[in-house]
Order: sequence, then C-alpha cells, then structure tokens
Amino acid sequence: MLSVSVNGIQFRNPLILASGILDESGATMLRIARAGAGGIVTKSVGAKERAGYGNPVVYELPHERGIINAIGLANPGIDAYGEELRIALQGGVPIIGSVFGSTAEEFAALAKKMEEYGVHAVELNLSCPHASGYGMEVGVDKKLVREIVSAVKSEVQVPVWAKLTPNTHDLRGIAAAAEDADAFVLINTVRGMAIDINARRPVLSNAYGGLSGPCIKPVGVRAVYEIAREFDTPIIGVGGITTGEDAIEYMMAGASAVQIGTAILYRGINAFREIAGEIESWLIENGIEKVSELVGMAQVR
Amino acid sequence: MYRVVKIEEIIDEAKDIKTFKFRDSSSPLPGQFYMVWLPGIDEFPMSISHIGVMKGFTVKKIGAGTSAMHALNPGDKLWIRGPYGRGFEIVDGTALVVGGGSGMATLAPLIESLPEPDVIIAARTADELLFTNRFKNANVHLATDDGSAGFKGFATQLAAKMLDEKKYEMIYTCGPEPMLLGMVELARRYDVKIQASLERLMKCGIGICDSCSINGYRVCVDGPVFSEELFSMDELGRVRRGPSGKKM
Ligand SMILES: Cc1cc2nc3c(=O)[nH]c(=O)nc-3n(C[C@H](O)[C@H](O)[C@H](O)COP(=O)(O)OP(=O)(O)OC[C@H]3O[C@@H](n4cnc5c(N)ncnc54)[C@H](O)[C@@H]3O)c2cc1C
Ligand SMILES: Cc1cc2nc3c(=O)[nH]c(=O)nc-3n(C[C@H](O)[C@H](O)[C@H](O)COP(=O)(O)O)c2cc1C
Ligand code: FES
Repeated sequence: MLSVSVNGIQFRNPLILASGILDESGATMLRIARAGAGGIVTKSVGAKERAGYGNPVVYELPHERGIINAIGLANPGIDAYGEELRIALQGGVPIIGSVFGSTAEEFAALAKKMEEYGVHAVELNLSCPHASGYGMEVGVDKKLVREIVSAVKSEVQVPVWAKLTPNTHDLRGIAAAAEDADAFVLINTVRGMAIDINARRPVLSNAYGGLSGPCIKPVGVRAVYEIAREFDTPIIGVGGITTGEDAIEYMMAGASAVQIGTAILYRGINAFREIAGEIESWLIENGIEKVSELVGMAQVR
Repeated sequence: MYRVVKIEEIIDEAKDIKTFKFRDSSSPLPGQFYMVWLPGIDEFPMSISHIGVMKGFTVKKIGAGTSAMHALNPGDKLWIRGPYGRGFEIVDGTALVVGGGSGMATLAPLIESLPEPDVIIAARTADELLFTNRFKNANVHLATDDGSAGFKGFATQLAAKMLDEKKYEMIYTCGPEPMLLGMVELARRYDVKIQASLERLMKCGIGICDSCSINGYRVCVDGPVFSEELFSMDELGRVRRGPSGKKM
C-alpha cells in the first residue's frame, strides 16, 4: 500500500530522510533505516573535509514553527565517507548520496565516488542557502546547473536527483536547466536569519541560515505543484512535512515521494513509522489502495 | 529561543573550575544540560550543577569559550536554552557514584538526590578535586593519581576495592572517557547496573545534526546519561568525531 518507485528504485514507503539531518555517521543512518524510513539521503559530502561554522549553528523558532540552521556543509570529505556508507547500506533501504561542489568536474567526481560506494542514486545539492561558493550560489546559475547535471549524468549510471532552491523567482528556469536530471528534489531551506534582541546581534555565527520545518511547507507545496505542471520528471517533495497529512498534501501536489528532516526534532526518530501509519489510516479511510495514486491528484488543469 | 539569565555569584571551586550561580524558572533533572551562548564568542553544552531556584553551572576552563566564561563577573549575563537530554534515573538501593575531574559538576545534584550514596571524587591532583565539602548526605572518598589527597591511584582502582567489599545496586559515573570505560568494565565484572553521563562535541543540542553521536546514539537527546547501551558502545573511549564529523 505504501511502497513507491522512483526511477525504478523501490521504496517500502515514500518517507525518505532528508539530507543533513542525522546522516553524518553510518551508525545513525542504520538506526534511522531500522526506525522505518523508506530511504535515506546522506549529508551533503564534498571533496575535502570541512568543519562547518562555529556555534550557534541552529536557532529554534518558538511554538514548533521550525528552525534556522547554518551548519555550513560540515562533512568529513568524500574519502572518509565510504566507511559510513558501508555501515548505512546494511540498513537495507535505498541510500541516496548527496554531494556538493562548485564546478561540474567536482560534482562529477564526487558522484562517481558515491556510486562506487554503492549508493542507489545521487542527489546534487544545488541549493544550500548559507555556504559561499556552493549550493544555492551554484544552483541559481542556470548555465552552471546545466553543465553540472550533464557532467554527472555522463559520469554515473545511477539516477541523478537535482535538489533545487526555493530562493529564486525563476524556479521553472532552473528546473529547465536541470532537465537532464532523473528527479527534482523540492525544496531546500529558505534563506533566513534571526536576531537576538537582548544580545543585539544575529544568533547564528554565520548570521544567515536556512529556514526549515512547518513554516516552510506552503513554499514547498507551491514549488512541487508549480514544477509538476510543467515537467514529467518525478519530484521528491520536502519542506516542513511533520504529519501523514503533510506528506499526502505534497504527493497530491505532484511528489512521487517525500523527504523528512526537521520533523524529527518534534516527533523523534519514530517520526517515520508514525507518519507512515498516519498515511495508511488516511488511505484506508478514503478508500485509496495505493499511496502512488495520490501523486498529482490535486493538480487543477 | 534563548533565555537571558544574570550571574548572581561566582565561586572559585578548584584549579581552573568556577561555579556560576543564576536564577531561572526551568526545572532540570540531575544529569540534564543546557546550551550556553556567549554572544559573539561561542555556544557550548553545560550540565546543571545546582538545581532548585538558584541554579548553577560549574565550568572548567578548557578553550576559548570556557575561558571567556571564566572572565565574566557577577551581573554579567548568560544566554541559555534547555534543559536538554536524558538525565539520571534514580533507582532504590545502594549507590556508588564515581566522578572524575569536572565530571563531578554533572553528578553533584544527583548525589544530593540520593539517600546515602558512597561517592568517589577523583582528580589528577588535590587542587583539582571538586566539591569535597559539598555533600552532607554522602560517604565521600577522595582519590588522586599522584596521592596528594586520599587514595593514591585511579578512581577505577578505588572503585574496584569498594565493589569487592560491598554489593551495590547502581553505579553512577561521569568523567574522562578512559575512566568511564574502566567503570563499564567494572560494572560488567561485578554484575552491577551502571549509568554514565557522556560528552561529545555538540552543535545543535536538539537531536538533528548527528555531531554528538556515539554508535548511532545521540548524546544530546538519547543521552547524555546512558545505561545498558554502554555495554555495546565500542566507540566509548576509542572514537571521537571532530567538527567535520570525521573520526579522530
Ligand atoms: C552534555 C555535556 C555536559 C557538559 N558539562 C560540563 C560541565 O558541567 N562542566 C564543564 O566544565 N564542562 C562540561 N562539558 C564540556 C564543555 O562543554 C567543554 O569543555 C566546552 O565545550 C569547551 O569549550 P571551549 O570553547 O572552552 O573549548 P574548545 O575551544 O571548544 O576546545 C578546547 C580543546 O578542548 C577539547 N574539548 C572540547 N570539548 C571537549 C570535551 N567535551 N571533552 C574533551 N575535550 C574537549 C577540544 O578538542 C579542544 O582541543 C560538557 C559537555 C557536554 C557534551
Ligand atoms: C540541520 C540541517 C542541515 C541540513 N543540511 C543539508 C545538506 O547538507 N544538504 C542539503 O541538501 N540539505 C540540507 N538541509 C535541508 C534539508 O534536507 C531539507 O531540504 C529542509 O530542511 C526542508 O525539510 P524539513 O522542513 O523537513 O526539514 C539541512 C537542513 C537542516 C535542518
Ligand atoms: S548535537 Fe546535534 S544531534 Fe546532538
């Protein structure tokens, strides 16, 4: 009832762990797989080890509205990450290797490494909103996006997912530049910041960060709906999904599967199993046999 | 969201260790921690060393962040969030509490919540011993590596002697990781239950970034106090991760 297929990869449920949340160590990813996730996206990994920004790197909005983070693409570097993946792959769910770089060659080499490590697909981080020279800064340059996606596509056999930024007026133009990708992942965090009025300064050491959690769900649903109308490429929806109803909303907008990140803060690692249960109950109540029937159901043509 | 608290009193406890007293309305359990932000400098985890209306952090000077905290004066402010994490579970029966160095900061409110625990306060040398006169309800034993106070030797050696002489229901411990590893071995050997509070590099403090993980457990949410899990943690005392997540 809950299984879905994206680019021929079978997921036991449509709930995939989003990149950057609890996916630095292999043992944690294994635990998430065992806690019921349908799949796992790794933390975004680059060519070299990177410490990320100093603390504070996370600001929690009151009333469970979401968080702002500027972790700063901390990662152990691609060479050290193979060991983590070896452990994560024991979980038996598809693993998607997320990579970031600043040139097409860099992305292609990282993707190749991920493929050698045994990932089921690669995800290109074209969208992190708080790292200079990477992520969104790369991902709003349409010419560069086209080069990156085509370089990676010719380097690896596994499906290539392009994770795009909502921080643009021209999402459709960027998606068109990434049209060689096998799937679009929508959305990364929304660029934002918080100031502590008592300290009279920005909270995050990097000042700017990315907003995630329930408050960005309408932005994500809009992005999925908008892109699903124009492209046949499968879409993975992400942004603020905290309940079964949120996941259903994204799928009705056009997502074939979804990713979950910040919800783990509010619901713990059991979020995957609980949200899967909520989707299943809703499907049963509404007489729908397969979750994949929801995909694009709400599109008004 | 941070709460701003005012430092009301600063106490010199031992070499490079100070307690900062403040008022705050939160209700922490022994073993829980807060994230302490010094704007413009750093943010780091601190266990609660005094619970009740007048609260306290007992801080050892280690690097830039804790040094900046040591330079603060009464009247200065701290930005805090928390309490976070899983604290100690207080169980009935005889208790052996073993604290090494600044680990005593974490154990102090626990000791005050136990009826009549046997306590080992350990440090490398006498002037690093913490809270030697604090506990009215406990049987306190001192241990120093160099023998400058109390038992001469490691906390684990004294603990082994005490475990030989008495049957304990629970060991509670916090301190340097080689000591914790030694205590886990002793718990196994003497078949005693154990709770240990662990430290790892922390970024978010709220269970999403994975920087504090040990064998797939997040120290900030699943810990910092662990019990049965300790016996299967092969990274304890062996593997740490740096800020990039790379194993060191
Ligand atoms: C849950 C928890 C509770 C804690 N409670 C207390 C407490 O009550 N009292 C107290 O004094 N400290 C406590 N600590 C440790 C404290 O957070 C660190 O000492 C502090 O972060 C160091 O910050 P810094 O900026 O001064 O040093 P940094 O500049 O960050 O580090 C200086 C050097 O110390 C090393 N270092 C940093 N942190 C640790 C660590 N945890 N263990 C070993 N080496 C480390 C670094 O690798 C570096 O070499 C706790 C830690 C955790 C995780
Ligand atoms: C702490 C944190 C770290 C993140 N790191 C990454 C990352 O390394 N790469 C990436 O593509 N997205 C990263 N993201 C974005 C998430 O994958 C996701 O797109 C976003 O958080 C929205 O989903 P959510 O509301 O379910 O969290 C991160 C998000 C958070 C909160
Ligand atoms: S500090 Fe981020 S998960 Fe524990």
